[in-house]
Amino acid sequence: MTIRETLQRESSVSGKHSFDFVWLYRALFLLILLGVWQAASGPLLDPFWFSSPSAIGATLAKWTWTGVLQHHLFVTFKETITGFVFGATFGVLLAFAVGSSDILRRTIDPFITAIYGVPKVALAPLFIMWFGIGLAPKIVLAGVSVFFLVFFSTLSGIAQVDQRMVHALRTMGADRLTVQRRVVFPAALPWVFTGLKLGLPYGFVGAVAAEMMASNAGIGFLTQNAAGQLDTAGVFAALFALMIVTALLNEGLGAHERWLFRWR
Amino acid sequence: MAVAQYATKAILESAQQSNPADIEFRNVGRIFKSRNGTVEVLRDFNLTVRKGEFLAIVGPSGSGKSTVLNLLAGLDIPSTGAVSCHSKAVTGVNSEIGYLTQHDSLLPWLTVEQNIAVPLEIRNVAKPERSRRVREMIANVGLSGFEQYHPSRLSGGMRKRAMLARTLIYDPPTLLMDEPFGPLDAQLKLVLQAELLRLWNATGKTVVFVTHDIVEAITLADRVIVLSQRPSRIKLDEKISIPRPREVHDVRFAPGFEDHYRRLWGAIEFDSAGQRQ
Repeated sequence: MTIRETLQRESSVSGKHSFDFVWLYRALFLLILLGVWQAASGPLLDPFWFSSPSAIGATLAKWTWTGVLQHHLFVTFKETITGFVFGATFGVLLAFAVGSSDILRRTIDPFITAIYGVPKVALAPLFIMWFGIGLAPKIVLAGVSVFFLVFFSTLSGIAQVDQRMVHALRTMGADRLTVQRRVVFPAALPWVFTGLKLGLPYGFVGAVAAEMMASNAGIGFLTQNAAGQLDTAGVFAALFALMIVTALLNEGLGAHERWLFRWR
Repeated sequence: MAVAQYATKAILESAQQSNPADIEFRNVGRIFKSRNGTVEVLRDFNLTVRKGEFLAIVGPSGSGKSTVLNLLAGLDIPSTGAVSCHSKAVTGVNSEIGYLTQHDSLLPWLTVEQNIAVPLEIRNVAKPERSRRVREMIANVGLSGFEQYHPSRLSGGMRKRAMLARTLIYDPPTLLMDEPFGPLDAQLKLVLQAELLRLWNATGKTVVFVTHDIVEAITLADRVIVLSQRPSRIKLDEKISIPRPREVHDVRFAPGFEDHYRRLWGAIEFDSAGQRQ
């Protein structure tokens, strides 16, 4: 959910009311989607290639029962969150360091953009060479993916800070650090959050991609393993589990954001 | 009564004349360069404002009124000449002034109370004194009851009050005001003008007040200067003879008002479209 959507949701007159209905519509939409899939599986689609919601549900139930799902989810979760925390921290800090000077920002900008253009997944083999097949390369890949999104978002937030507020504080006698703390940081915070919310799914992408190349645990390993056994339901089950976790985390981030920006 | 008032005024005037210059512009020029060419906003601009004086600046739009204030605040630097404030050359951001700008510069993520406290935090004023002064100032500008509101929930007039409070709270010796009451309705304008006069009377600050409203200029100021079109210089320097204390809603009926108004109105130039601005 973008900042604009959050704003619109909060400013709508019948906010709470329409909000509840939206959840109902979402549940209906999901049910219809799954129902169509279930009905089509067999008569229209070959269950071997496309599986079906019931088969996927059965696999998920089996994995949950045996603890396989929790184990692998936890591994991926750990990699992603660790990478996310490191990547986001460095992204925000570096953005503020670079953003504090106009010349520095304009010097570094094209280089960062060039590196940003490289698909992060393409770095996975490199990280596996450097860090082996344990947790480290996944954390690094997740971290790098998050870093760039947070860094860019924060930097553009800093570049858009209303200079009139900066001037107002300067004439009141504020030094540069106070201006950073009092104006630049709070003004850039919505952009930091946009970066975090964009970065979180990409963190999962990074971790899962690295798992698929070399690992013995995690959702990426689980999909790869299921695909190796031509178990379509297993592949879908692993992806669904990942989708649910990402959606829940993003919703949590969104709730935190709404609380943080309640002044709007 | 009239004689006594006259005598007081004479004394005040002689006292003011002996006051040192608070603000001085000497042969100031300001040229803005852009891709579309250069714009000369000020040329050979000379101005002296005495300590405690209330000066109003009027002039056509684009005539460098705001540039004069920005130069004083140190947010802009002159291309030629020198600006000094409190006998010191203005070379960087001037934090000895309070600058009430035309646009809204309250911090939207802070409440009214927190916004007004910012200058005191910058000055490391201890917390108990800080909250006491903030409370007093909020009452002073008539914002009691709105302490916990964020600016987005305030009306335009209330935001102006909050900005005025934030400017006055650190007691800067000089106030710069750029059309502070411009977009407000007539009634509210009078109320805020009256409050400004009351606060100015009580504190004796030097005020430089930019406006496009001639009535407002005469109502508030000791002296009104009219700027010419770009490159601006002072076209008319008019001393306002209406005695103080003044009632903002009465000034326009005071003897002498009409003469001031006519002279100031006559000095403001037509623009190329043939309209006064």
